[in-house]
Amino acid sequence: MAKKNASLNRRGFLKGAAAGAAALVATAPAANAQRAQRGAAPAATAPQPSEAQLAADTTPRPAQVSTRIIEKPGSDFMVDVIKSLGIEYVAANPGSSFEGLHESLINYGENKMPEFLTCTHEENAVAMAHGYAKIENKPMLALLHGTIGVQHAAMAIYNAYGDRVPIFMMAGAGDTAVPAHNAVDMGSMVRDFVKWDHQPTTLAQFANSCVRAYKLAMTPPTAPVLVIAESDLQERPLEQKPNIPKFVMPAAPAADLGSVREMAKMLVAAENPRINAGRVARSQKSIEQLVELAELLGAPVNVGGDRVNFPNRHPLAGNGTGQPDLILSLEAAGGGGGFGQNAANNRAKTINVSSLELLATHNFNINGNPPQADLLITADAEATLPALLEEVKKLITADRKRVIQERTAKHAQANDKARLEGKEVARFGWDSSPVSLARLAGELWPLIKNEDWSLVSPQGFVGGWPGRLWNMDKHYRYIGGQGAGGMGYGAPASVGAALANRKYGRLSINIQTDGDMNYSPGILWTAVHHKIPLLTIMHNNRGYHQEVMFVQQMCSERNRGVDRAHIGTTLREPNIDYAKMAQAYGMYAEGPISDPKDLAPALKRGIERVKKGEPVMLDVITQPR
Amino acid sequence: MKISKLTLLVVVVVTAALLVPTMALSQAPPAGNVDNGKELFLKYSCYACHGYTAQTGNGARLVSTKLNQQGFTNYIRNPRTNGMPTYTAKVVPDQQAADLFAYIKTFKEPPAARDIPLLNQLLNEK
Repeated sequence: MAKKNASLNRRGFLKGAAAGAAALVATAPAANAQRAQRGAAPAATAPQPSEAQLAADTTPRPAQVSTRIIEKPGSDFMVDVIKSLGIEYVAANPGSSFEGLHESLINYGENKMPEFLTCTHEENAVAMAHGYAKIENKPMLALLHGTIGVQHAAMAIYNAYGDRVPIFMMAGAGDTAVPAHNAVDMGSMVRDFVKWDHQPTTLAQFANSCVRAYKLAMTPPTAPVLVIAESDLQERPLEQKPNIPKFVMPAAPAADLGSVREMAKMLVAAENPRINAGRVARSQKSIEQLVELAELLGAPVNVGGDRVNFPNRHPLAGNGTGQPDLILSLEAAGGGGGFGQNAANNRAKTINVSSLELLATHNFNINGNPPQADLLITADAEATLPALLEEVKKLITADRKRVIQERTAKHAQANDKARLEGKEVARFGWDSSPVSLARLAGELWPLIKNEDWSLVSPQGFVGGWPGRLWNMDKHYRYIGGQGAGGMGYGAPASVGAALANRKYGRLSINIQTDGDMNYSPGILWTAVHHKIPLLTIMHNNRGYHQEVMFVQQMCSERNRGVDRAHIGTTLREPNIDYAKMAQAYGMYAEGPISDPKDLAPALKRGIERVKKGEPVMLDVITQPR
Repeated sequence: MKISKLTLLVVVVVTAALLVPTMALSQAPPAGNVDNGKELFLKYSCYACHGYTAQTGNGARLVSTKLNQQGFTNYIRNPRTNGMPTYTAKVVPDQQAADLFAYIKTFKEPPAARDIPLLNQLLNEK
């Protein structure tokens, strides 16, 4: 009851507004006269005020403050809490369930730390936060409208959950103006794929929940979190600011010393160990630690995949040579990863270090089968690396060092040969029109290699050519894919990652698939509006190419002919003009480009503009894959 | 009627001479038509896995195929890889297979990587 009395909720506001209007009607003849003049009836001469009315209107009196004014709302305190977490940006599509918080962010918070990013779809807001976090290694805030905004955002949240990426989300609730935008339990719609959600009922609880949510999002396994900001809490007058809990980031869950020692013993004793790295490196430091471990052990490390864990031109980057007798999997999905088949064939022993099982939910099996290994450690691999390095160093004798040096040389030779072969096949289709993806990546490389570049788009659908032709030596050189395979990630995540790269002066590159672009192209406007420098190069194969192949396969299995496989899988008749699409959103764009000879000059022009701080799109008609 | 040995020999030789070309014709693969093959290459989405110039994509690089026309037809009837769909004579008759093969053979192998200046630079990078 106290809450109701103290607050000016939406219903109260509407009631008050109606009462005020009634009072005006009853007491303001001048207003009545104006209303009558605007009406359909012929205007009557307005009656002159009486002497008494004139005296009442002109006599000085204390100004009455409207009950509609709340100068210190609860949402101001919410902004204090958000600022205490050091959040740089808040991405949102506007919604009435968080209009109180919206107003506080832009006025009370002065639109700084966090700065508001206008998005045209909640999926874009969350996917932007996804890309941002993979560069910056911390969450952006995404604000979601009650119910409908949460549902719009759901696919992007699921991708981030699958990719184990921290995102801090807030959803409005309690907006009674539109019943369909409310819910008894707002978090339930996405509870299966967020790490934690909470719906606080007081501002003090809100502060506690936010600090807790942030810590949970950032503690491995990192993942999205959701806090519900009720309209009533946002809009109620703030009487006294509650305490904001002290923010201290907890240490990540590392493996216990006993397990680390056992792991080190197995690795040093192995004759041909391999390292299978999944989502292990969240920073440059852990890439360097993984390099140190690989060099100490003479163990090849797989490359490509979910992000840069290991420099792709390091002599130990690759599959090396010979059959492995021990495979160390670090945050690899399913525990096997690239070397899983080798392990099964060779009966190699396996060690699995992963925090993934801590993210298990009963509904979605993003982890695949539970990991199987001879030594299974549920811990964050990145946090475990320093201790593992120390233990390995202690166990390496002069004899082992000699053996390790010999196998390192053999692996280096095999990897070098494999890398060369991987590049040589770029010649196929080099002069073809439409443009081959090898040519696209090949023409880009000399133009970016002396820049501080960052590939902010997935490379699974572009044949992995950047990974074959470019030197990926830093954590931001490549940030992996969707996480859960949901299309619509690429375009907004690239813009979010480019935003994070902007303050470091990096050149962000997005090789953008056409199917993905069409999910929510309004992100192009967001990039232009917020001046986010990003070179987007359309991989325009005019279709959902993978699905063309799948449907074709199905047609063949049923022996019915493949001449209709294009139905429902291609984006033709009409062809989509992406340059015009980008131009409509205010972006500089060129294309379509289908002659490979036209590519390099267009790329140069695009890069020059991006380096000056603007987003650019080049529409390139490409080979399917 | 008595047939002499010589007459019999002549009849056998002539009959054989007439039969051999007929048998050969029935076993020889049909000649392929490049224009039809081009149309079918697009219509049947061969480009999806093999690229528009039979050089790129997830599938085999057709430009480098060592198969002859008969080998090509045999292969699409019973492919050795899981990724390659099976095409029976019902959906791709022998004549169409021949047309497709004729079109594929119009593509030329690209130059060696070392002969492409930009690619050569990339190969030399360590």
